[in-house]
Amino acid sequence: MIIRGDEPEQLRLLRKLYKPGNYFMQGNEAVAYGALFAGCRFYAGYPITPSSEIAETMARELPKLHGYYLQMEDEIGSIAAMVGASWTGFKVMTATSGPGFSLMQENLGYAVMTETPLVLVDVQRSGPSTGQATKGAQGDFFQARWGTHGDHPIVAVSPVSVEDAFWETIRAFNIAEKLRSPVVVLFDGVIAHTREQMRIPDVSEVEITYRKLPKNEEEAKLPFGGALVPPMPLFGHGYFTHVTGSTHKENGLRDVYTQEVHDRLVRRIHKKIEEHEEEIQKWEEYFTDDMDILIVSWGVSARPSLGAVLKARDDGIKAGLFVPKTVHPFPGKRIRELSKKVRVILVPEMNLGQLILEVQRYVNDDVLLKGVNKIGGVPLRVEEILREIRGVA
Amino acid sequence: MHLKSAYEIREKYLRKDMLPTIFCPGCGIGSALQYTLRAIDDLGISPDEIVWVSGIGCSSRVPGFVNFDGLHTTHGRALAFATGIKLVNPDLKIIAFMGDGDTAAIGGNHFLHAIRRNLDVTVILINNFTYGMTGGQVAPTALKGLKGTTAPYGQFENPFDIAELAVAAGANYVARWSVFNYLQGINSIKKALQKEGFTLVEFLSPCPISFGRRNRMKTAPELLRWYQKITVPLAKAKKMPPEELEGKIVIGEFADRNRPGLAREYEEYKKRAKKMMGWEE
Repeated sequence: MIIRGDEPEQLRLLRKLYKPGNYFMQGNEAVAYGALFAGCRFYAGYPITPSSEIAETMARELPKLHGYYLQMEDEIGSIAAMVGASWTGFKVMTATSGPGFSLMQENLGYAVMTETPLVLVDVQRSGPSTGQATKGAQGDFFQARWGTHGDHPIVAVSPVSVEDAFWETIRAFNIAEKLRSPVVVLFDGVIAHTREQMRIPDVSEVEITYRKLPKNEEEAKLPFGGALVPPMPLFGHGYFTHVTGSTHKENGLRDVYTQEVHDRLVRRIHKKIEEHEEEIQKWEEYFTDDMDILIVSWGVSARPSLGAVLKARDDGIKAGLFVPKTVHPFPGKRIRELSKKVRVILVPEMNLGQLILEVQRYVNDDVLLKGVNKIGGVPLRVEEILREIRGVA
Repeated sequence: MHLKSAYEIREKYLRKDMLPTIFCPGCGIGSALQYTLRAIDDLGISPDEIVWVSGIGCSSRVPGFVNFDGLHTTHGRALAFATGIKLVNPDLKIIAFMGDGDTAAIGGNHFLHAIRRNLDVTVILINNFTYGMTGGQVAPTALKGLKGTTAPYGQFENPFDIAELAVAAGANYVARWSVFNYLQGINSIKKALQKEGFTLVEFLSPCPISFGRRNRMKTAPELLRWYQKITVPLAKAKKMPPEELEGKIVIGEFADRNRPGLAREYEEYKKRAKKMMGWEE
């Protein structure tokens, strides 16, 4: 029996188990509860700091909701099991961190190519390699974008607080289901382990999406074409669907020798994300109507950035803040518009300059573009960003 | 057993628009596929109750040729994908078509853990001692001295005995035959398909093009005769001293037991969770 998450019994269980109200909660727990509210009933994962509380919460809660939790032998197997469960009709999630994310890249590409909805949470930690395993970082911006090989689109969202993590995880599921695509939640070890207040809503406040299923045999014959986002014929429904990571025709059958078949498939997979870009993209703006200096920051670094902008404005410096919640596809058009109003753009982030490269693509040379970078597992402080703002004011 | 004509089996189960298959002349994969389809046919299992999964390699192309639900995945990972399918829909039967490199090299860890958790799956393992699709590189099952493009002077490493590995890891049913032993093969697959938990039927399968040519066995008959020479039935092997078994491959049924499968264990686990929380079932 497939569990979509919006059945009356599931809603009853959610209401019974998670009473609406304010809770003091950790970021990782918020991700897990977000997934449960979004209808995720299958989780396969492998323990890795600083993401493990997501697995632990799912292991505890999923059996109560008739769901499935599996601890796999490694991250490669985790995402593989997710793809299997997704094609059998379940909403699926895993959580990992840098090294595990690297291992998942192989089958993340498989999920892109086979248009399999899944949500992959990367709780970014300080690398490269084992680096500072217990410390947060923002070094996987481009691993999320280009970690798997070949031309491919990807959607990645990045929450800025515990409560945001709950809602962004739900949004990740809805995008994944609607577009039949993997979605990455680029979380970070700092917010993941931060505890702050968040509100658990009533289930009626949460809108959830389930993938489009074929209405008849005819529709089921084209699981990879016929529409920008084709309906997904699930295993065990008598459609005899063939799913392969090799180049395939609209009917799913392999054809790796015809140039047009590959071109048509891979371009459509790109187009389905591009055409929905406006719907997928989400960001927050502060004081951008009236500013000389723009701060662009994401995830955990957006928090001290807002503090610095507020303090700068107290000092009479006209600073504004742009926080992309969807980091891929990057809301570059809006950055281009905003960049025309300012002389300086600062990009604070917990790496040596990743988001800034994406910003650079949309900004003219006459704007001074400067990174505010901190690595070593300690988040940026308001004063550190404020000092940079004052330096260019 | 009444044997239907191969034509009948082909008409009933293969995707016509995917034929001909990619298999070279003399390849044994078609035989193993035929045995599997005959077993399904004999048991009368409805095709919509079966999902075929596979990884990468010649044998892994099988799900593309059969008219069933199929998941053709990444190299070595088939059983991990299968885990997700079986767990959330225990009514489905999973058949995994895998090669020796796929199973014992790149997929070794997934293989061991699928057996450890007793994933309900029937693995049809094509063991041809080589990486056929990539052109004859040496495989982890290759006996010492056998040649491959990456062992031009003969394999110097020890081989894995996949069936023995499976028995040691706890599989419910393990059998090994060469494709020459067709009746035993079909019967073993039938047994495997009816059992809960992890079941494995391994076939020594000729690959004259990528393997045989490099080992002075250019045709399938030569390879089959070689199998007859190197294989020893289990009953006989039990009476032989270890030194005589050196370089031989034992065939037969190695395990037949009934540990509960993963799907059933998980449903029990869910019940336990509810009981521990004090929820009435």
